[in-house]
Amino acid sequence: MSKEGNNLSEVDILEAPNILEYPYSRSTGPVIGEFMTKLRDGKIVGARTKSGKVIVPPTEYDPFTSEDIDGLVPVSTSGVITSWAWVVSPSEKHPLSEPFAWALIKLDGADSSMLHCVRAPSSTSVATGKRVKAKFRSQREGHIKDIEFFEIEEAANG
Amino acid sequence: MREVAVVSFAQSKSVRRADDQNEVEMLMPVVSQAIANSGVPRKEIGFTISGSCDYLGGVPFAFVSGLDAVGAWPPITESHVEMDGAWALYEAWVRLQHGDIDSALVYSFGKSSLGDISQVLSQQLDPYYLAPLWPDSVSLGAIQTRSWLDSGHSEKELAQLVSRNRQFASTNEHSQITKLIDPETYLAKPYIIEPLRIDDCPPVSDGACALVLVAGDRAKACSTRLAWIKGIDHRSEPHSLGVRDLSISVSTKQAGKNCGALDIRADICELHAPFSAQQAILEEALGIDESVIVNPSGGALCANPVMAAGLIRIGEAASRIINGEANCAIAHATAGPCLQQNLVCVLEGGN
Repeated sequence: MSKEGNNLSEVDILEAPNILEYPYSRSTGPVIGEFMTKLRDGKIVGARTKSGKVIVPPTEYDPFTSEDIDGLVPVSTSGVITSWAWVVSPSEKHPLSEPFAWALIKLDGADSSMLHCVRAPSSTSVATGKRVKAKFRSQREGHIKDIEFFEIEEAANG
Repeated sequence: MREVAVVSFAQSKSVRRADDQNEVEMLMPVVSQAIANSGVPRKEIGFTISGSCDYLGGVPFAFVSGLDAVGAWPPITESHVEMDGAWALYEAWVRLQHGDIDSALVYSFGKSSLGDISQVLSQQLDPYYLAPLWPDSVSLGAIQTRSWLDSGHSEKELAQLVSRNRQFASTNEHSQITKLIDPETYLAKPYIIEPLRIDDCPPVSDGACALVLVAGDRAKACSTRLAWIKGIDHRSEPHSLGVRDLSISVSTKQAGKNCGALDIRADICELHAPFSAQQAILEEALGIDESVIVNPSGGALCANPVMAAGLIRIGEAASRIINGEANCAIAHATAGPCLQQNLVCVLEGGN
């Protein structure tokens, strides 16, 4: 018991672990489902809007007009970094255990960027405008993590 | 439109861990103080609404226990939003437009310390494309900051901004971080998630706040000095981060236009910017120039009780109007990653 009247001391505070879980199962539907299926094949597809823009990762509707999309189209597995952040000390939940970059990546053929991680030796090798390529896992299951990471593309001509 | 005023506001001091208080114990004093200062007897309040987040405690319907702080017997008319309390205030404002009731109690609370808040927030993101990667809120703030820097800004601007907010926070008794920092000291610090330094990020805060809204003539009877809501609107960005230009805030500008914030000369402005660059982005979106005092409270950079920090911006602005420090104010609240949703309101003093 506390020795200081009504004030709680450290030892009086009860603690219990609480594991946060929201174990919902979700259906992916015709657009996200197709994107995931293609990931399993080592490919990436985007949604083409009626105005001809390609949204990656795809949504079922045009994010600006809310119209239905005009189908799915393949895009490249390479692209360019449009923004990034360098994680100095990854958490146990992060996709990579070594220091890495989060990046928004605009794949060739796409008009929007997707978020994923980039493996690089240091923050100095990452920059907006740098070209990166998706590295797929050998065992794929139709999941965003079928892309293990993106890596910096070697410049073709210096 | 029916005129609605903020007549009273109360908030707790934000702390890193309110170990010896649960949510109800944090709320009770601020709810009681807001009601007492409003002049409206508790039993006459027509509508009660809160904003909070079940993810913080990891308990479904956690907000129901918060009702213990207001006393729900005999039965009251009550609602809740799973958003910052600023959106609860919006619902209360709409409810008061119905015309059958004259007053509303709005409160919100957040114990951000219960888990790793930056990780917990990642699980509220898109469940297919984002949540499985666990992009924590600080990392997303860093990506937005990079976009802003890439659009032609410098870290020196952030150094000045952080230093100025800290100066304001040092005189705010409710703020959590009150230590001054000069721009040189800021710039000498290492990145935690590049390009963010620790001082670009909000502290982990536990806190609560409450305010009372009263409409029309009933408001005029409450006090000789009120903060009238002259306009209020909220807008959202597209769902995916990668379709937005993160260096600007289109939805803030839209909300600002719709509520009249772009057409007025404000004395002060309270912007809900958990990350430093977000404050600069919001200032630009709302056309705030140097004649306006921005975040005289120190802002969410210095105290960030998640789910209450937006409503606190409105309360801080209203308090400064009620005490005569300002006559016209813009208040802003945000929710979601990288300024996903934004609410703007214009407050004006008078009776």
